[in-house]
Amino acid sequence: MSLRNFKALRLDAMSRDFGSLNALKGITLNVERGEFIALLGPSGCGKSTALNCLAGLLPLSSGAIWLDDKRIDTLGPEGRGFGMVFQNYALFPHMTVRKNIGFGLRMQNRPKDEIARRVEEAMRLVRLTNQGDKLPGQLSGGQQQRVAIARAIVVEPPLVLMDEPLSNLDAKLRLEMRAEIRRIHASLGCATIYVTHDQDEALSLADRIVVLRDGQTRQIGTPAELYGRPAHSDVAEFMGYRNIVKTAAILGEHLEVTIGGAKLWGTSVDIVASGDALAAIRPEDLSVTADGPISAIVQTAEYRGRDFFGVALTQDGTELYFRSEVSVSQGEAIRLSAEPHRILVYAA
Amino acid sequence: MKGALARKGFDGVTLLLLPAVFFVIALFIYPFLYGLFLSFAPKDGGWWLGNYAKFFSDPFLYDTIGKTLLVAVPVTIMNLACSVPVALRVRLMLKPKLLTTILVIPITLGTVLVAEGMLNYFGPRGWLNRFLMEFHLVSEPLHLIHNYWGVFLSLVITGFPFTFLLTLSYVTGIDPALEQAGAMLGARGWDRFRHILMPLLLPGLMITFCLSFVQAFSVFPSAVLLGAPAGITRVISVAAYTAAFEEYDYSMASAIAMIMAAVQVGIVALLLGLQSLFYSGPAGGGKG
Repeated sequence: MSLRNFKALRLDAMSRDFGSLNALKGITLNVERGEFIALLGPSGCGKSTALNCLAGLLPLSSGAIWLDDKRIDTLGPEGRGFGMVFQNYALFPHMTVRKNIGFGLRMQNRPKDEIARRVEEAMRLVRLTNQGDKLPGQLSGGQQQRVAIARAIVVEPPLVLMDEPLSNLDAKLRLEMRAEIRRIHASLGCATIYVTHDQDEALSLADRIVVLRDGQTRQIGTPAELYGRPAHSDVAEFMGYRNIVKTAAILGEHLEVTIGGAKLWGTSVDIVASGDALAAIRPEDLSVTADGPISAIVQTAEYRGRDFFGVALTQDGTELYFRSEVSVSQGEAIRLSAEPHRILVYAA
Repeated sequence: MKGALARKGFDGVTLLLLPAVFFVIALFIYPFLYGLFLSFAPKDGGWWLGNYAKFFSDPFLYDTIGKTLLVAVPVTIMNLACSVPVALRVRLMLKPKLLTTILVIPITLGTVLVAEGMLNYFGPRGWLNRFLMEFHLVSEPLHLIHNYWGVFLSLVITGFPFTFLLTLSYVTGIDPALEQAGAMLGARGWDRFRHILMPLLLPGLMITFCLSFVQAFSVFPSAVLLGAPAGITRVISVAAYTAAFEEYDYSMASAIAMIMAAVQVGIVALLLGLQSLFYSGPAGGGKG
């Protein structure tokens, strides 16, 4: 059974209930071979449930999962042959690194010399040679992470599932491993589904991002689409648009919104008529200029090396997060402005 | 002076150990040493190892070691073999409290009550035999008491909860993600048990075996009440009882008690020695 050369993985209204709680409400998604998909969402959005359903660790309540024309949601985890990297790595503590990585091949009853060869290959791929005879407990967090990845990919699975694999690592190692994971994915040509709550991780790793909220798909798109034009205000908030301001939108020749008492032009996402609206602006798109239309008082200003990150209060009591390359200090009166195409306006 | 002691971890709090130390000395070390010395002073005088020589030259006495092992070892294996699957199942239950409570009740009843109940239930005119006879499943009553099986059953009933609770604590100590990881790598149920659960459980099962074994080895009430205390279940504690309270030979009784202790320690030491051959680190899969 070689599923390695599959064309597409198809989730068809995949749902999962826990008692009366609908943890997943009909996720539909097509994943092509070679794609890197990130499932992104805040905690409790159902992304880990989705991954466990894909893995076969949780049965579906309704819906189906197809690998090309083969229905696989009726198979147990051992019948699907997917690789999985667990959040806590789940390395077998009583087996050496080599035995851990070779476990999947051993379960397939591969000949000993083939196992040895492929384990060496996998260890080289994750840059972990010379550690083969150690127990997982003797390795650092980053090394354990590599073992977990090697163990998942050595069986050459059609699909690799990763459950927040970097969340237990420190900031520096996280950046390193992020690049490693992208490199390994590229060299394997399998599909990867990666669960994370970190939008930076999703943006930098994924070919496509699926944003989940309350068990539902909110938006599916490329990182550029999600970064530049979130489809909903809650997705925008999650993608770094920290300023979500309630406003009245007036649709004329231009779309006019009021932010902090000042009238600005914005870009409509789903506005079809004048009325209540939400304006979303990234802190880095609000710039401090001498003639900006919004006047505000700096509440706090944090020094961030290249620039300052601040919170300012406008005359009508709106809090705005902004970034500034010029030094600002608490209590200072400033004027803020934003380009029309940087102000996304959603119907409220 | 005070500082020097404190640096070695010895301060005012250490004094709180004293009551416990007192009780250990008064209730364990002193009686043990008393018994040990008593066993070297035979009642009728003579050689200081006279009691031990007598024990190992009289088949009526030294056979009790074999008889006790014949009860204790199978019972312990049986309890352990039943505990592991039950514990593995209970671990997956969302509300294991009820089942655990039911399983644990026999501990609270005490051996004598269980023995009385068994006499009524398993006896020749007991419910079990009446049921079997009524439905013509057997032609004559099964002999389940006043023989080996009476003691065996009683020790399973009273020993199982203890073994089960210990096993459950070891089983729940294993990260469920490890089994899931095994399943993702293609290991079916039996392979997961053999390659992942068992190696991680083994050290704990050894300890459980030792504790359950020691409990079963010192069987006395059920051997007398449910067994054949003059025959197949003349266990070593019965021999010690006979020496002490029927022959009034406390010295001999102490010697038997010492032999009993030596056998137990010997078997426990053997098992713990074996244990050092296995993996005995943490049973978690994550960063420790």
